[in-house]
Amino acid sequence: MKNEKLNKILITGNEAIAEGAIQAGCRFFAGYPITPQNEIPAYMSKRMPEVGGVFIQSESELAAISMVMGAAATGERAITTSSSPGISLKQEGISYIAGAELPAVIVNIMRAGPGLGNIWPAQSDYFQATKGGGHGDYHNIVLAPSSVQECFDLTLSAFDLADKYRNPVMILGDGMLGQMMEPIQTKGHRPHTKGPRSKNQKPWAVTGCAGRAPNLVASFRMAEGEMEKHNIHLKNKYDEIEEKEQRFEVFYTDEAEIIIVAYGTMARIAKGAVKNLRAKNKKIGLIRPITLWPFPKKAFAQSPRPNTQYLVVEMSNGQMVEDVQLAVGGRCPVEFYGRTGGGIPSEEEITKIIYGKDV
Amino acid sequence: MIEKIICCGFGGQGIMVMGKFLSNLAIEADKFTTYLPAYGAEVRGGTAHCMVIISDEEICAPFVSVADTAIIMNEPSLSKFENRIAPGGLLLLNESLISSLPRRKDIEVLKVPFSDIAVKLGNIRCANTVALGTYLSSKNIAPKEKIDLVMDKMLGGLKQEVIEINRKALREGMKYDKS
Repeated sequence: MKNEKLNKILITGNEAIAEGAIQAGCRFFAGYPITPQNEIPAYMSKRMPEVGGVFIQSESELAAISMVMGAAATGERAITTSSSPGISLKQEGISYIAGAELPAVIVNIMRAGPGLGNIWPAQSDYFQATKGGGHGDYHNIVLAPSSVQECFDLTLSAFDLADKYRNPVMILGDGMLGQMMEPIQTKGHRPHTKGPRSKNQKPWAVTGCAGRAPNLVASFRMAEGEMEKHNIHLKNKYDEIEEKEQRFEVFYTDEAEIIIVAYGTMARIAKGAVKNLRAKNKKIGLIRPITLWPFPKKAFAQSPRPNTQYLVVEMSNGQMVEDVQLAVGGRCPVEFYGRTGGGIPSEEEITKIIYGKDV
Repeated sequence: MIEKIICCGFGGQGIMVMGKFLSNLAIEADKFTTYLPAYGAEVRGGTAHCMVIISDEEICAPFVSVADTAIIMNEPSLSKFENRIAPGGLLLLNESLISSLPRRKDIEVLKVPFSDIAVKLGNIRCANTVALGTYLSSKNIAPKEKIDLVMDKMLGGLKQEVIEINRKALREGMKYDKS
């Protein structure tokens, strides 16, 4: 098999996200530095002036997310990026963005936690990303790239989904994916979904009300019954997203006795284990969620066999495993293996967990 | 074909550039490739390393736990990475800066004074290019013209004398190979 060169460039996952944002038409970046995602602001500081966009290194994470909220309210495509501790600081703004129904893209290149943790790769912010993080009854759409090409592609998707549903979209990667380089193609890609892309296509945006009634962007709803009405409206939107936007990859799941479930960096390592084991005639497969919210329940609607066993592998003490258990609904056993604090399960480790030895 | 490489040395030796060169070369040769740097609390003069995979097939894990080749540019990196070479693997050793001998007996060791060669050429900073030359003449990753093409691309925009010295360094390095 050949991997045709085709104008490929060697680029880090972080840079691929940044370039994806530029090519999606995003012209506003605000962020505060933190490892392991600093290549994003570094890249943006160079590229944004080239395309007539705005790059701001803000005084804090809260300021960055608030600036993004303001830019999004005017109809601009806007992004902020950070890593775990910084994303915690942005939660207030994310909740307000969800409440005000603004499209914005937030990138979390995860490092280990809790607290300041360390700078090594982890997947321990799954709960925070998919179950709220901020206060109130809301959901982020959460996309989990697994390769550098996908960092680029899913950033294009993120902006389209954000505009289509007027909702915050989070890209959830980790330090390894952000730092690693792979050849990718950045030309000729088209966004996956249709949605309003320019300011002019956003009739709700606050753009100056000369000649029309003023638009109001707010998350404060005090009148009696108004908040509940809004919550029901949001719920209907989330139901639609859950129905339409589930994305996942299946790999060798036909006839599988064991199915590994993993996302992001962990999924590509698990894929290596599955490849090796399939070569040794083991009936094993992989389900890779690409959207973490909405969780791809459809991938689990039917199991290949009544006694298929699921093994969820994460760089955490077990977070996505709860969504897999819900999706499988007690029909099949769901086991878990994980490492934390910057530890990453290897292909060999996964094999040993399943078969008790090297195969 | 799959080739897993670890490049290591101290910060300032151009270790990351070596890795990026190999990945860029893999692209020219229509191969799949990943490059993973050690990142974090690195300091000038501290240890630096990166991991490169070049393959005919899609690459899963980018982490190299066991390498087919290690290019080791300084003494502390030898003790740190010697054990991560596969049995029968290749170790390229910067003899100029490493006085200890590898303990492993089950690997092929090629000792070359990369830094001394670079000094003779006029700039110690091109020791990494000398090492790349030796590596590329020892392993059949890509034809000579593709190597030159990537060298030109990566050096593009630099001063003419820097370009020249690196071209020479590559050729000098290529004089050494495992035969």
